[in-house]
Amino acid sequence: MQQQGTQAPADVAGRTIAVIAATKGLEGPLLPILNGVQAEFGFVPQEALPVIADALNLSRAEVHGVVSFYHDYRREPAGRHVVKLCRAEACQSMDGDALAARLMDLLGIGFHETAADGSVTLEPVYCLGLCACAPAAMVDGQVIGRLDRDAVAAIAREVRS
Amino acid sequence: MGLITEIDYGTPKSDADKDVTLTIDGFSVTVPEGTSIMRAAMETGIQIPKLCATDMVDAFGSCRLCLVEIEGRNGTPSSCTTPVAPDMVVKTQTGKLKDIRRGVMELYISDHPLDCLTCAANGDCELQDMAGVVGLRDVRYGYDGENHVHARRAGDGAENFRWMKKDESNPYFTYDPSKCIVCSRCVRACEEVQGTFALTIEGRGFESRVSAGMHQPFIESECVSCGACVQACPTATLREKSVIEIGQPEHSVVTTCAYCGVGCSFKAEMRGDELVRMMPYKDGKANRGHSCVKGRFAWGYATHKDRILNPMVRDKITDPWREVSWEEAFSHVASEFRRIQYQYGKGAIGGITSSRCTNEETFLVQKLIRQGFGNNNVDTCARVCHSPTGYGLKTTFGTSAGTQDFDSVEHTDVALVIGANPTDGHPVFASRLKKRLRAGAKLIVIDPRRIDLVRQPHVEAAHHLPLRPGTNVAVLTALAHVIVTEGLFDEAFIRERCDWSEFEDFAAFAAEPQHSPEEVEKVSGVAADTIRAAARLYATGGNAAIYYGLGVTEHSQGSTTVMAIANLAMLTGNIGRPGVGVNPLRGQNNVQGACDMGSFPHELPGYRHMSDDATREVFEAVWNVALDPEPGLRIPNMLDAAVEGTFRGIYIQGEDILQSDPDTKHVAAGLAAMDCVVVHDLFLNETANYAHVFLPGSTFLEKDGTFTNAERRINRVRKVMAPKNGLADWEVTQRLAQAMGLDWAYTHPAQVMDEIALTTPSFAGVDYDLLEREGSVQWPCNDKAPTGTPVMHIGGFVRGKGKFIRTDYVATDEKSGPRFPLLLTTGRILSQYNVGAQTRRTDNVVWHSEDRLEIHPHDAEQRGLRDGDWVRIRSRAGETTLRALVTDRVAPGVVYTTFHHPDTQANVVTTEFSDWATNCPEYKVTAVQVSPSNGPSDWQVEYEEQARLARRIARPLEAAE
Repeated sequence: MQQQGTQAPADVAGRTIAVIAATKGLEGPLLPILNGVQAEFGFVPQEALPVIADALNLSRAEVHGVVSFYHDYRREPAGRHVVKLCRAEACQSMDGDALAARLMDLLGIGFHETAADGSVTLEPVYCLGLCACAPAAMVDGQVIGRLDRDAVAAIAREVRS
Repeated sequence: MGLITEIDYGTPKSDADKDVTLTIDGFSVTVPEGTSIMRAAMETGIQIPKLCATDMVDAFGSCRLCLVEIEGRNGTPSSCTTPVAPDMVVKTQTGKLKDIRRGVMELYISDHPLDCLTCAANGDCELQDMAGVVGLRDVRYGYDGENHVHARRAGDGAENFRWMKKDESNPYFTYDPSKCIVCSRCVRACEEVQGTFALTIEGRGFESRVSAGMHQPFIESECVSCGACVQACPTATLREKSVIEIGQPEHSVVTTCAYCGVGCSFKAEMRGDELVRMMPYKDGKANRGHSCVKGRFAWGYATHKDRILNPMVRDKITDPWREVSWEEAFSHVASEFRRIQYQYGKGAIGGITSSRCTNEETFLVQKLIRQGFGNNNVDTCARVCHSPTGYGLKTTFGTSAGTQDFDSVEHTDVALVIGANPTDGHPVFASRLKKRLRAGAKLIVIDPRRIDLVRQPHVEAAHHLPLRPGTNVAVLTALAHVIVTEGLFDEAFIRERCDWSEFEDFAAFAAEPQHSPEEVEKVSGVAADTIRAAARLYATGGNAAIYYGLGVTEHSQGSTTVMAIANLAMLTGNIGRPGVGVNPLRGQNNVQGACDMGSFPHELPGYRHMSDDATREVFEAVWNVALDPEPGLRIPNMLDAAVEGTFRGIYIQGEDILQSDPDTKHVAAGLAAMDCVVVHDLFLNETANYAHVFLPGSTFLEKDGTFTNAERRINRVRKVMAPKNGLADWEVTQRLAQAMGLDWAYTHPAQVMDEIALTTPSFAGVDYDLLEREGSVQWPCNDKAPTGTPVMHIGGFVRGKGKFIRTDYVATDEKSGPRFPLLLTTGRILSQYNVGAQTRRTDNVVWHSEDRLEIHPHDAEQRGLRDGDWVRIRSRAGETTLRALVTDRVAPGVVYTTFHHPDTQANVVTTEFSDWATNCPEYKVTAVQVSPSNGPSDWQVEYEEQARLARRIARPLEAAE
């Protein structure tokens, strides 16, 4: 992963405790808490894990096991935009490989990388449920179907602007 | 003699009553309902291939090697996760199964190094075994692809980001991720057996790896180094450093750990006379295959360079030691002791038995004193720990010991832990307790300090009563008050088993308003609501068991507290069946045994008073000597008499009274006043600084005998190597007795046990043949209970009727005030053991290299103290210095320290106050003041210098050629 110039977030413990307070009552609260922490910081800071472990009376190892299991939990801050390109079977069969290469070329980064200027993070995703509109991508939470070379170029332009 | 290999049934035993009959490979098998097919097969002798299953943990079903075919069912279910069903027809070996298994193994091996010949697990690797079992002959995938095995990639030599370096941070074992097959056995052992949850599987799919903590080195994770993961690992991924260094052991001997009172059974795995590793023994009834860092790993002291191997003598304690022959040492002691007795009287000498030595050895020491010295000046370290337990339980129930076995905890619904810190002091029992708590049992903790058990992953006490040190009796009586006034007592039990009029008297006493939680809150600092809730839970929560430690006994009201505990158990009918009871967690490996063996000035073996003519006659007939019916001197009385000049000689077997007994300066003065102090120990301990004769001791690995643990279980100790000092401890005592003219001629400790059985009714049925057959027995073991007594007082109390006793709270005279505003209490830590003579001489010091003073942030701030600062701690008895640890685990007004390191000298600070009945010192309450300091106290400096001089050994200079 590339190092970001961004500062470490302030008051991780305090903000994590606030997230926990809001979601602790749920059944099986660990995933909702982690989702909340990711929403709060844009990623799951390492310093948040012991705080969560203590609140739920779990071991640090257990929380680490869960966080590391889900690829969606980010361990470093992402770029300002996040592009997730579907790499599952249907999209691959619809020329997804070439589009992926094209997008990486345009952005100048590979999968799991963030542009040096912090503008964008590119990630693979395994099925967005848009197989009928393959190939598909998700940009900042918005899904886009039937990608082609132009659409990919448009995505690159938008996130780089 | 070969290596003892226990059968691994793959999944835990089912406790179901109903049996199920099925057919496996044409053989009819009958097993309890709920048994896995894998276990059923193993019980008939058919071993289904497996990797992720082992019978210490629940089935997991991940390795896909143990697949079977079942008639009438689709597919190939895993035999570890599939329970047996009536009339099931199972095939464990078919063409289809063979193909699947070989394919699975091929995949495993495609990401595993092929360095079997140089691997530390060579000869002890289940992966290797399974490759053989399934007939793996080829790995078609090659080794060039993605892998975790090689540091560099095959093609371009670039760094392999999947490869991880070996973690050697733990002093006793290594973690080599390149050998891991991700079977999760270590993770499950850490969770299910140890209950620490320090391990996890991080990542997913091919990225999955075992991770300690949050991808940390083991030493930085929550790992407590119990060794369960290493034991569970089927490959070389987690491996003892001793095995890596030495190689595989070739024979093993089952023996008993010499650390705490849990009394774990271990296999000492040997190569020749070199100990390779200690492996917990699954048939050990105290530990059931589990261990802690001390028993499993901290045995290096046995060969430590500090160990003294030759007898030594000196005229004055300021002289250097002179090495002498055994003969010279024995004749010196014999003539000195006889001289002292001639000059100062028969009672001018005495001895202390060791709670670290075997039953047979302590029996011999008290016999030497009673038969040879002709007096009863014998005492033991139980004086400073559990003497109130003996007194309190004898008075109320009729026996001086715990009522249950450790298995009992599996039936407990409410555990009340008071004045004990099991996760540190009795870790293997703590793991068994935590397992039961995770299964739903409730926990009440009464302790001034927030011990780990109060809250740790997956365990949380329902109630923690953080009482002020010294108020145990008040709080326990308040619990009785709630039970009596709210009508929660078990009337039927009390009417049947106890004296009803005594109960009425006690009930009236407990119901008095000054015992109400609201009143007791004022002295104890525990909220009345919490006391009420705890009492209700204890009385109505089902099977309730009390576990307690030295936080109960080491008080001026220690005996009263034990009786208050007994009252609670009788009130609620929680006695006389599995799952309940009153359980003292004994400190030393054989403190129960030392007490049983008559190591008290007033009691002969079996807790029979000296004044009892019938008992004395039994021993007089066997020993051919007249015994003194008058009790002798206790340790503190011996020291007092020494200062007065009437007590001049002492034989101290394996105990460091200078460090472990209260008011160090007084102990030092007493020892310094004697003519002949004989210390019999492994090391030049602190007491040896005041000794005239040093007799080198032997370790538990070097002798035969028995230890009796906290559950009254008599476990065999077996010799695995010759004594490095030449003589086992029982031989040393025998030779000393012979030098004093006694006609002892034991050739094996078994003969000593026969003499114990002959003279002591509760041991009447015990002999080494029985122990060999049964593994272990719990006393009483006699005609009525030929294989021992796991649970006592079934159907009625040993003394007849259970006795309720009024437990008036009397505040200790040790009060905090303007000069000494804080209360000091003391305790232990997991990695160190008592005065640390052994554990300080192992790598366990990486976890605890010094004693620290725990102090609440509020008290620290008032005194301008920061974490890590040197502080001076002063009581009216003395002062010492150590570094502060600022923490809210202790309440404001309370400070806490451990006493594992001699340079701390915590007992310089403790006072002469002691239990009213038994003189057990009040270690747990000392009023102190704490202030900043810039270094050691004058006493510490003087002591250090004295110790340095006292430890000199004069060795003849080698003549030059």
